[in-house]
Order: sequence, then structure tokens, then C-alpha cells
Amino acid sequence: MTRWLGDVRALARKDLLLELRGRDTLPAMLLFVVATLVVFHFALPAGSSDLAAQGLLWVALLFTALLGLTRAFVAERDQRLLDALVLAPCDRSAIWAAKGLAVLAFLAGAEIVALPVFALFFSGLTWQTVAGVALADLGIAAVGTLMSAMAAAGRARELLLPLLFLPLAIPIVIGGVGASVADHPGRYLGFLALYDVVFAIICWASFEYVVTE
Amino acid sequence: MLVCAAFALAFFYVPTDADQGFSQRIFYLHVPVALTAYACFGWGAWKALLHLWKRREGADLESYVAIHIGVIFGILTLATGSIWARISWGKWWVWSEKQLVLFLVLFLFYSAYFMLRFSIEPGPQRANLCAVYALFGVVLIPVSFLAIRLAQNFIHPVVFTRDGPQMAASQFATFCVCLAAMLALAATLYMVELTGKRLDEQLRELRELLA
Repeated sequence: MTRWLGDVRALARKDLLLELRGRDTLPAMLLFVVATLVVFHFALPAGSSDLAAQGLLWVALLFTALLGLTRAFVAERDQRLLDALVLAPCDRSAIWAAKGLAVLAFLAGAEIVALPVFALFFSGLTWQTVAGVALADLGIAAVGTLMSAMAAAGRARELLLPLLFLPLAIPIVIGGVGASVADHPGRYLGFLALYDVVFAIICWASFEYVVTE
Repeated sequence: MLVCAAFALAFFYVPTDADQGFSQRIFYLHVPVALTAYACFGWGAWKALLHLWKRREGADLESYVAIHIGVIFGILTLATGSIWARISWGKWWVWSEKQLVLFLVLFLFYSAYFMLRFSIEPGPQRANLCAVYALFGVVLIPVSFLAIRLAQNFIHPVVFTRDGPQMAASQFATFCVCLAAMLALAATLYMVELTGKRLDEQLRELRELLA
């Protein structure tokens, strides 16, 4: 277990260091999410309810996550790094966990900016939205990382990822929007937590088959 | 033959529904088709599991064919459900109809399965990826069902409750025949398609040997 954690930490550190040196993903995600929020401001006709804006926040976050996920396995693919990682004497699920952590970090970074911007542009922010976003991030990172690894094997990678990921993300949106707008968000937050746990377990168990033959 | 018998029963034997009239008869098509689609998806996932777990030869192809048939039945469900919704609620599409929405999500999901399958070169890796994705499908069914149930109010009639089916004996008998007919139809299609695919594969191998 400690070995596994050590592997995860080393691999996640590698991803974060790469990002710190290259700065490809996070600035793009930040710009994208702010631009999307501005677009949504004009997409909503004047006098639209705050509820509609809450829903659009989730669309913006989901697409931002998708942007980050498309980049997740680029380095591995271009440099043929994934083969080397698979050959390395570590549990393959550590690769998934590390990549998921890196995606989670990028997502959190984008949201630390996006949520205050949303509060500024639109109707303000409630604690339940923040809690929903935090729980949804875990699910997005877990499922998205696996889908990203899958899409990396296909021919039309950038095209394939949204197709694979969006149907799986529909429950996240339902739970997240419900948590943002409902009077009693407990059920929705509970649902998001359930989603995280269920999908994290199957991603953890099945990642091995995605990267090996 | 079972299919013919099922249609005959559905059209002539069952008493016309007092509330919805003739249109209620589509129930005997819509619900069995939907259940058959679930059965196909479940079967596909089971074969996928066998592929990943036991490394059984050919399980990948069987899983793919089952999902293929399941998607066809899924489209039929969407179509019949939409027609029924039009007749009884006056709209082609009703978002609060949670079963139909679930089918739409599943339809999108399994269409992506085909995209995944056709964008990867055939080989062990494709088999693995498709199997993993098919397994995600069966997990997605209950999760989305729960989500949609959380999100919506109910106007979909619920026939099967905890107290058993809420219908008369003749209706239930017809329903069972229809369900059996649909399952038989799906199984036949599955066998035909599977034989075809296997023939294809053998033909290709032969050609490669000759070339």
C-alpha cells in the first residue's frame, strides 16, 4: 500500500512538474472557462432566472474539464511514455490514480478562478454549489482519466473523448445541478458521492486492461 | 412464430384499455422491447466480463453483437415510446418520462461504444477497451436511473410495483408472451449476426492464407 502511494506520488509529481515547466494546460483551461462564462452571459436573454445561470455553470465546468482531459495523455502518447510506464514495476492502477490526481489539481485550479468569476458575473455562489463542484470534480477526474486513456488508443483521439465521456457525465450534471438549485441538496450531494465511489472502484479495477493487451 | 402469436394476442385478445383505448396496445410492444434491450446490454456486459476475466476466445465478438442487437432494440424502444407519448400525452418527447430519458442516455452511450470500436485497429487492445466500456454501460444503467429518478417528477405509468404487476390476468399473459417473443427474436438475431460475423472472420483468414 505504501509502495502504491509512493508510485502515485512520484507519477503525479511528474505531471505537475511538467505542467509547471510547460504551462500548457492550466492557462488554457482558465481562459476557456472565463470566456465560456462571458459567452453564457450573452447567451442568456435579459431577465433570465438565476436558475438558468446555475445550470450553465455546470456546462462551463464540464467542457473545461473536457479540455483538460484531452491534454491529459498527450505527453504519454507523443513520447511513447505509456509503454515505458506499463513496463515499469508498479501497479498499473497507480498510473490512473496519479493522472487522476493531476487532472483533479488542474480542475481545482481552474475552478478557484471560475467560481468567483461566476459569482461576480451572475448571481453569487452558495455553499451547496461549491460542495457539489468539489464532489463532481472527483467523479470527473476518475472517469475522465480512464476515458482519456481509452481515447488515446483510437485514431480520432480528440474527437473520441467527448463522445465517450459525455454520456457518462450526464449523472454528474444531474446531481450537480440538483445540488445547486434544490432546497435540500443532501440527496443530490449523496448521489454525487455515490457516483464517485462506484465509478472510482470500477476505474481502478479496469485501468489495467486499458493500457495492457 | 412466437412474434406472430404475440402480435395477434396483443391486437385481438386483450381487452381494450378503458382509459387509453386502442393506443394502450402499444404497451405490449414497447415494454417487452425495452426489457429485451436491457437483456441484450446485460448479456453484452457479461460476455465482456468473461473476456476480461477468463480470456475466453470469441467473447469479445459475442459482446459486440449483443450490444449491436441491444442498440437496435433501444432505437425501437425510443420510437415506440415516443409514439405512445404522442398519443397519450400529446407530445412526441416528454422529459419527465424517466424511462425514455434513460434510454436516450444509454443510446448515446452505446453509440459512443461503436465509435470507440471502429476507431481502433482490430486486435487484443480493441477487445479490452470495448469490454471495459461495455462494463461501464451496465454500471451506468442503475446510476443514471437513480439520477433521473432524483431529478424528475413522475408521469410515466408504473405497472410493476412492489405488490406485483398491476394488470388483469389476460393482460399479463399477453405481456409474457410478447416478452418471450421479443427475447426469442433478439436471440435469433443474435445467433444470425454472430454466425455472419464468424463466417466473415473465417473468410478473411482463408483469404490471407491464400494470398
